Order: sequence, then C-alpha cells, then structure tokens
Amino acid sequence: MTPVKLYPAKPEKVYLFGTCLIDLFYPEAGMDVVLLLEREGIEVIFPDDQTCCGQPAYTSGYHDEARRVAAAQLDLFAEPWPIIVPSGSCGGMMRTHYPQLFMNSERQEQAEAVASRIFELTEFLVHVCHVRLADRGEPQRIAMHTSCSARREMGLAETGPKLLQQLSNVTLVEQVRSAECCGFGGTFAVRHPEISAAMVADKGVAIEAAEAEHFVTSDCGCLMNIDGHLQHEKRALRGEHIASYLWRRTA
Amino acid sequence: MSQPATAKSSEETLQGGAATPEVQIFDPRHFHQQAHDALGNPQIRGNFRKAMDGLMQKRRDAFVEWDLETLRQLGANVRSRALAKLPDLLEQLERNCQANGIQVHWAEDGDEACRLIRELCESRGAKRLIKGKSMVSEEMHLNAHLEEAGIEALEADLGEYLVQMAKETPSHIIMPAIHKNTSEISELMHDKTGIERTLDADTLTAAAREQLRQRFMTADVGLSGVNFAVAETGTLCLVENEGNGRLTTTVPPVHIAVTGIEKVVEHLQDVAPLYALLTRSATGQAVTTYFNMISGPRKAEEHDGPREVHLVLVDNGRSRIYQDDELLDTLRCIRCGACMNHCPVYTRVGGHAYGTTYPGPIGKILMPHLLGLDATRDLPSASSLCGACGEVCPVKIPIPDLLVRLRKEAVGEGRGNVPGAGVKRSVKEVTAWKSWQWLATHPVFWRLGTGMAGRFRALSPGHLPPWTDYRVAPRPASKTLHAMMRERRRTEKNS
Repeated sequence: MTPVKLYPAKPEKVYLFGTCLIDLFYPEAGMDVVLLLEREGIEVIFPDDQTCCGQPAYTSGYHDEARRVAAAQLDLFAEPWPIIVPSGSCGGMMRTHYPQLFMNSERQEQAEAVASRIFELTEFLVHVCHVRLADRGEPQRIAMHTSCSARREMGLAETGPKLLQQLSNVTLVEQVRSAECCGFGGTFAVRHPEISAAMVADKGVAIEAAEAEHFVTSDCGCLMNIDGHLQHEKRALRGEHIASYLWRRTA
Repeated sequence: MSQPATAKSSEETLQGGAATPEVQIFDPRHFHQQAHDALGNPQIRGNFRKAMDGLMQKRRDAFVEWDLETLRQLGANVRSRALAKLPDLLEQLERNCQANGIQVHWAEDGDEACRLIRELCESRGAKRLIKGKSMVSEEMHLNAHLEEAGIEALEADLGEYLVQMAKETPSHIIMPAIHKNTSEISELMHDKTGIERTLDADTLTAAAREQLRQRFMTADVGLSGVNFAVAETGTLCLVENEGNGRLTTTVPPVHIAVTGIEKVVEHLQDVAPLYALLTRSATGQAVTTYFNMISGPRKAEEHDGPREVHLVLVDNGRSRIYQDDELLDTLRCIRCGACMNHCPVYTRVGGHAYGTTYPGPIGKILMPHLLGLDATRDLPSASSLCGACGEVCPVKIPIPDLLVRLRKEAVGEGRGNVPGAGVKRSVKEVTAWKSWQWLATHPVFWRLGTGMAGRFRALSPGHLPPWTDYRVAPRPASKTLHAMMRERRRTEKNS
C-alpha cells in the first residue's frame, strides 16, 4: 500500500516532467498541463534536457541502461520544487523505482530526494492546489480510465474522478471492471500482442457499454492503446488526456 | 496441438453433440501458441471470465468487515518470520512430528520425493493410493510415477477427479477444473462413468461422491498436501471443503502428507491469520467446511485413524530461491490463487496456456526457478505489470517487482541466481536499448530526433506490427513539447 503522503502547501514554482509520450505524440496535453498549473498561480519550469524516465528499459529488465537514463533526469531538478508528472506510470517509475534503482549507490540520496518531490498531475491539482474548477462545457457523459500505475503503484484511484466530478455539466460514468488493465503495459503490448489486444478490446467495449460519449485517461500510454484501438475498429468514441479535457472545459 | 474446440450451447452438449476433446499436452515453451488458442476459444474465455468475475466479487465481499491491510501485513509478517527461521523451524518441525509419531522424510527434488513415496507404497504392498488435493504432487508428477510402478493414484478432490478423468492437468491451483462448465463436466462424467447427463451441479457432485466413497474404503494409502505445518506442535493443517481431505487422511491405514519445505509456520497461533486470509482470498469463504489438524497416527486407545503417518518435505528448488533475499518473498505464498483470479492475463488465456503446474502470476514468479528461464522465457514478460496480483496477495508478495527481477535475470542483468539467467539476452535487443540509452542521455540529439520525427510525420510508418494489427499507429505531433515550450519561452522573453 502507498504510505500516507503529507502534502506540502502550494508552491510558487514547479518543475514539469513532460514524459516522452507527451513530448512526441501528445504535446498539446503537455501545454494544457502548463496552463492548468499557471492558472493556479504556479510558475512552471520545463527543464529542456529532459528525455525519458527510463521505464521502458526498466520493465524490460535492462536496468543498467535504465539507470543511466534515470541518472540524467535526476540532475535536472536542482531546486527543491515539486516535480509534476502528467502520467501515473512515469510518476510511479520516478517515485517508487528510482530509489530502488539507485539503492546503495552514490546517487541514492539524490534519487530519494527527487522521488519525494514527484507528484502525479491529478494528485497535485487535488491535494496541493485544492483546485476549484468551473465548468463551461456542454453536458457530456464521460468515462475515466485510471492507469494501473496511478491506481496501484501511486495509490491515486480517486484524484482523476474527483476533478471530473467538479465539472457541473459532466456526468462521470463507470465502466464495468474499471480497475482492470487496458492491456498496454509498455513493451507487453509488443511482446504479447494478442493478449494485449484481447484486453484493450474488452476495455473499449466496457467504455462504450457505459454509454460514455468521451473518455479521459491520465496516462498517454493507456490513451494511445485504447484510443488507437477504437480508431482501428472505426468506433466513434474518442479519448484524450485529462489535462486537455479539464483545460478545454474550464478555459 | 489440438484445434480449439468450438463452443457448444448446453442444449447441444446435452444431446450428446460434444466429443471428448483429444488430450493436449501443454508446455511453457509454447506459451504464445497456447495463449493464441485459448484467446480464440470462446468456451475457455467465457468459462474463465465468468468464474474469475465471481471469485473477485466473493473475495471483495468476504473482506468487507475486515481491516484488510492490517491483516495482510500480519500475514506477510507471519510468513516472513517463518522464512527467516526456516532451517531451524524445519528441524523443530521434524522433532515435534517425530515426537507425535509422524515419520519425516526429506526429498531434494521431485524425483526423490516420488521415489520415496513409491517405496513407502511398495514396502507395504500398497496398490491403491487415494489423493486429497496436492499441488506439490502435481509439481513432481507423482501420479505418472506411481502408475508406472503399477500403483493406482486416484484423485479424490472433485476438481482433480474430473481433471484426471479427462486426462488433463489442473488449470487453477484451487479450482483445478475451473476451465470446464457444467455441461462439459456432465458430458465428461457421462462418457467416463456412464451417469445420466444433467446440468444440475448437485446431482453431478453426488454422483462423484458416490463413485469415490468406496474407493476411500479400499485404498491402501491416502496422500494429501499440507497447508500449514506447525513447527512448535508438529501439526499438519489441511484446508478443504469436500471432506475428501478428512477421508484421505483418516480412512486408509497409511497417510502420506507431502509438502514444500516453505509451508512451515512457527507457532500454532500463526495459523489463525493465515487461515483467515487463505479462505477469504481464495473462494471468499469465512471458513472452509473442513479444517484438519493432523497430529499423528492412531493412538493405542483409538479406534480409527491411520496406523502410520508420513511427512515428505520436498525442496525442489526452494532452497535456491531461499538464498536470494529478494526472490525469497516468492516463498511466502500460501497458495490461495487470488493472484490468478484477479489477473487480466490469466482471465483471458486460462490456466493451461501457461503450460506449468502453477499458472498465473504466482506461476510466473515460481516456475522459472523450477524449470529454468529458458523453458519459461515467455512467462515473466506475459504481464502488463498492472499490479492487480500484488494488490490482492494476502501475504503481500511484491509479484510485479519479482516479475521485473526475473526479466532482469533473463536478460543477464541480475544476480545470476535463477537457472537459465541471461538466456534472453540478444544482440538485437541489447543494441536497441543501448541506442535508446545513448539518445536519452544526449538531450541535444534527443530533441533533434524527436523534432525530426515531427517534421517528417507524414512519413511516419502507419504499419507497425504487431501494434497496428489492433490499433492505429501513433503519429508524432508536428511540434514536440520541447519545441512548444522553447517557443513559449522566446515569446515571453520578447514580450
């Protein structure tokens, strides 16, 4: 179980770790994260030398390679500001696995310090910013898929839905087996494509069956998987990163 | 490999439309093919989905009034403490069992355990052995070994009985025949035992009970597993619902209990939290119908019970796991099966696809030690690391972390403590990760590369199998987040 986290007061500045998937495929979601944070009066620092958290290599067992990449990221956050990660999976990697990767090494202290400053975006908005959202959008039925890393590794099953529930015109519907994995799992989708496909097919059906008009996730891996599958199957239902949805409806 | 059987409606089956499918031998080396077959078999998919949905709900309901996290921590602590003292506790167990009149035998591996049990049978002229459920006996292929020696080994657990009848292997460690629905069971029992076909589970159960009852009376030896072996009292605890465990361990003149060496607990009171966790995690039961505490053979003044009780303690790779302080957690397992019930992969491919005695998440972290990482090369990777298994494990085994550890061992970056370590290391993959590492540690080139991907996005491949077999290809955005943020900084500076 994730230990109880004591949340700090709202800071003046934060770092943004954009994640490689957002950087390459969903940069607009990254910009929406910046806008959401700035609206809370927080200055967002985006270290230009950030690349990838190292998770793909880590989960594939290539820990030496992952460690070198992770070490390069550790050096980017010199000031004691919180580090916002708009992904439970990268956030979980940095919070949980960085200390494991650097245990008993000269970077142990640095890794633990960085880990303690990692916040997943929805967690930060709810627990640190205590954000209040004013909905300006049309009525809509929406489903949320919380990533397994956010839900289980970071213990954040509630923060995404809490934000959506603040949107007065939005009805949050719950798909059956909402806590079940969408089948992405990084390299799992490539190493075991058929099993992964069976999982994402079920996830798509479940979200549709909940009569959602749209869905959001807090992880671009799940988004790429579920949305990519629905597009492949020529379904009308589309998804987006929760940051984009929140910004669009409240801007 | 047999073709997947097409699903038949229960009506069709009841009219005798189904033929007994030919026996398929499952092998972990064929995981991909076996998973493929299972995914394409609606009967298998439906049977597992339905059963697992039910089991998940039952577990949730069973823990509603409990402080589950505290109980899980207690369970984990009890098991960790037992493992920390394992060598001493095993000796204590042996002493106390012997004091109770239980004869203790040690087996280095499955073959030695099989030989021991066969010799026990042979020296007593035993020809008929009846079995309560024992996964360790499955692990060492005891039935085949005994049958070769002309000793009949009959499974008396209903699920095991059916699986044996169908010449299959268990597809779940708690519910061995969970891959079969009622109509398939009806058809099987009709075929093999001649009973009338029926979809009434109670009638089928009653028929099996009747068929088995006489066999208990005529068996020469009863063989059971052990759920908890209590060191301080020399007591063997056996958890079961059908009474077959009680009969197996009390009716035949000889009782042989066989178990892995990790099943020992220190104190009798340690059993309470583990039992509470086991039944609720496994089947959602507050308590099982039977809880047997075996503390020795029939005493002089007693009128029933076996005249001899033997305990066979099997290592079979466990000592090697024990040597590694991280992998050690694997041995905490109390075999409840909750990890498989909650596994999205197991739910879809079923237990047989793994081709191993223990399927699902626990199988993926245990079988590589028993069979080596070569034979099980596709198992540790067959997980999205969703964490559902670790979340429900009653003794808090960090299954996802152990899966990652085994992946690390498989590609040769671990401690080399698992047989077959390094077997998956390939030049191609190492080169790919090294290139990725270089790029991700050279930010200028990273930005250059990702920037180019965006600029030439029209050229990005739309066909990227296997990803695009089921999804559209992700297409790089025209500008990366890095580029957007740089632009923003420039604009801010100029304004």
